[in-house]
Amino acid sequence: MAVKTTTPDVGDRFDSVVEVLAKANEPKTGDELAGIAADSDAERVAAKRALAGIRLETLRENPVVPADEDEVTRVIQEAVREPIYEEIKDWTVADLREYLVAMGTGEREIAAIRPGLTSEMIAAVTKLMSNLDLALVTSRMEVPARCNTTVGERGTLSFRLQPNDPADDVSNIVDATREGLSYGVGDAVIGVNPVQDSVETTTRILEATHEFIEAWDVPTQNCCLSHVTTQMDAIREGAPADLVFQSLAGTEAGNDEFGVDVDLLDEAHDLAQRRCVSSGPNVMYFETGQGAELSGDAHHGVDQLTLEARCYGLAKRYDPFLVNTVVGFIGPEYLYDGRQVIRAGLEDVFMGQLHGIPMGIDACYTNHMGADQNDIENLAVLLAAAGANYFITVPMGDDVMLNYQSNSYHDAAALWELFDLEPAPAFREWLAEMDLWREGRLTERAGDPTIFT
Amino acid sequence: MASDSNPDSDTEPLEPTADPDSDADQANEEALRRIADRNPTRLGVGRSGPRPTTDALLEFRADHGVARDAVHSRVSDGLIDDLGLVELRTTVADTDQYLARPDLGRELDADSLERLERECEPAPEVQIVVSDGLSSSAVEANVPQLLPALLDGLEGRDISVGTPVFVEFGRVDVMDAVGEELEADCCVSLIGERPGLRTAESLSAYLVYGPKRGSATAKKSVVSNIHDGGLPPVEAGAELVDLIAEMLAAEASGVDLREDDREFRTE
Repeated sequence: MAVKTTTPDVGDRFDSVVEVLAKANEPKTGDELAGIAADSDAERVAAKRALAGIRLETLRENPVVPADEDEVTRVIQEAVREPIYEEIKDWTVADLREYLVAMGTGEREIAAIRPGLTSEMIAAVTKLMSNLDLALVTSRMEVPARCNTTVGERGTLSFRLQPNDPADDVSNIVDATREGLSYGVGDAVIGVNPVQDSVETTTRILEATHEFIEAWDVPTQNCCLSHVTTQMDAIREGAPADLVFQSLAGTEAGNDEFGVDVDLLDEAHDLAQRRCVSSGPNVMYFETGQGAELSGDAHHGVDQLTLEARCYGLAKRYDPFLVNTVVGFIGPEYLYDGRQVIRAGLEDVFMGQLHGIPMGIDACYTNHMGADQNDIENLAVLLAAAGANYFITVPMGDDVMLNYQSNSYHDAAALWELFDLEPAPAFREWLAEMDLWREGRLTERAGDPTIFT
Repeated sequence: MASDSNPDSDTEPLEPTADPDSDADQANEEALRRIADRNPTRLGVGRSGPRPTTDALLEFRADHGVARDAVHSRVSDGLIDDLGLVELRTTVADTDQYLARPDLGRELDADSLERLERECEPAPEVQIVVSDGLSSSAVEANVPQLLPALLDGLEGRDISVGTPVFVEFGRVDVMDAVGEELEADCCVSLIGERPGLRTAESLSAYLVYGPKRGSATAKKSVVSNIHDGGLPPVEAGAELVDLIAEMLAAEASGVDLREDDREFRTE
């Protein structure tokens, strides 16, 4: 069992950085399915101990997928600001954790080291942190972004309004938008997942949401979450989009499964900056989720948390407005139950913010997972306390198009009240003009979609 | 339920919006009803303070309970006997393992492999595999009508059908193992879909020409959303007969059969 290797710091119990990273993970069915998880809790902790002693330089020099095989690795490596990296490269992963949790560490101190970190370093420190560590350090970070509205400022909590319809019926989509706005949600984005991935449907959805936003002067942005190439074609033909969306994976092979690569994403970003109808500067929207690479057989034997971190390393290249993990959508073979989903949700938001990307979450679950609405309400409370930028909301938590459950429109007001938070400033002022917001709370008019008819 | 606002409070609390006694509210109520009735989503559910009303909350939990039960219950022995299915199982031990290990749900256990050889007709044109999948309710609700329609339809076209089997704890791809063992020309999997809150009874049919272990999802054709509120099971049976005839004639399935057949619903 004891194998000496040439990789420094790894210790004699494990063969490689990849193995230590995988075995140091909190339990996830996806890592077990991949056959790379620790065999026992004792081995898990041994891996965490080994990881704690690994230097950041070792992680930089041993990316989990070699740079010559994977463009995501190259994007991450090339983004490192070398002088800052030089200052911290001799830190161990334990040193990094202790810097993050130290008294007096805030956004300023974290911002000072952020450009020197790689996704592997961020994944590594995440594996040493408890749930409360993750929530605490996330709450110290502030990563706002601006499209038409600004989300992620301290004291605010924003929401994506997700008015999906199983037939892409735009009148239903607009009704669900009316209802959501009447609950005060929608300042992050009015974002629709279409059933049919076509230019025609994408255009129809973008036009309907854009017209509604214009007619009611709503300070927000629209998005239709079809494949990026479909959106690009629609935008080129004049469809009014505020943001351009794509799902990301943490490896080149995973992105290939999604039908994208860095060149294409560069082109999409360039087009978005020139042709989106929003005022920017942040015009991209990405979704991610632990396990996507394994489900596409594109994981290279790497654990799902580390690959998730690499998604954020890639996302960062495009200065996105919104990034969220769709944490419980993938199913129990990757995240088994509420406990694993809650852990992954905390990890993902922490890792995103530590990368410096404006991170939100779709706190969600499917019906074959050992979870229910209480679990994701728990997760929402934890991440509202931790200062996630935004959550996804759907009518009564039930998305009848994607066949899963997320937070309800109702949850926004409860979370604002619990933590004394408010919607994004411009949106809050608009709610006040609509007589939906007064003195830090929704008014008695709230919850009535007929206001917008 | 809607009490007056607390006089000590500076802000007006959230209370249910509709007061059915006033005319204006009645018109509003009708407009709300129209929105709610037209939409498949849970719109117009109202609120109690910032939270859902008790009715809306309990209705949601009731629907989730039905969905959970569909995942965790098993297809009854009575149904399997009534339909004359040869009962097999995969290498999965129990529901928990089924959910966590899709790989184990794609292979038959040793007893089942033996039984398959002993009791099932070899080399049929079509082999039918019924599996509980993620919803036993979907099998119970649809297969008793769908299977006879499918068998009659295939007989009417002189297409030979092997001995239909039931595979407990089966994933879609277990049909590759069954079909390969029996050397069937094509295989049909009737399997319970992941239940949603609207219905827990939706069934899918996956079809593959030249079943072989490890074949790609894109090589499979699918007819989904089979239930009384979607594609009714008898109509689905007829649709499958047409599709099977097309597959046998073209000696292909999935993207090889129809280029536009790219959108697959995975489990």
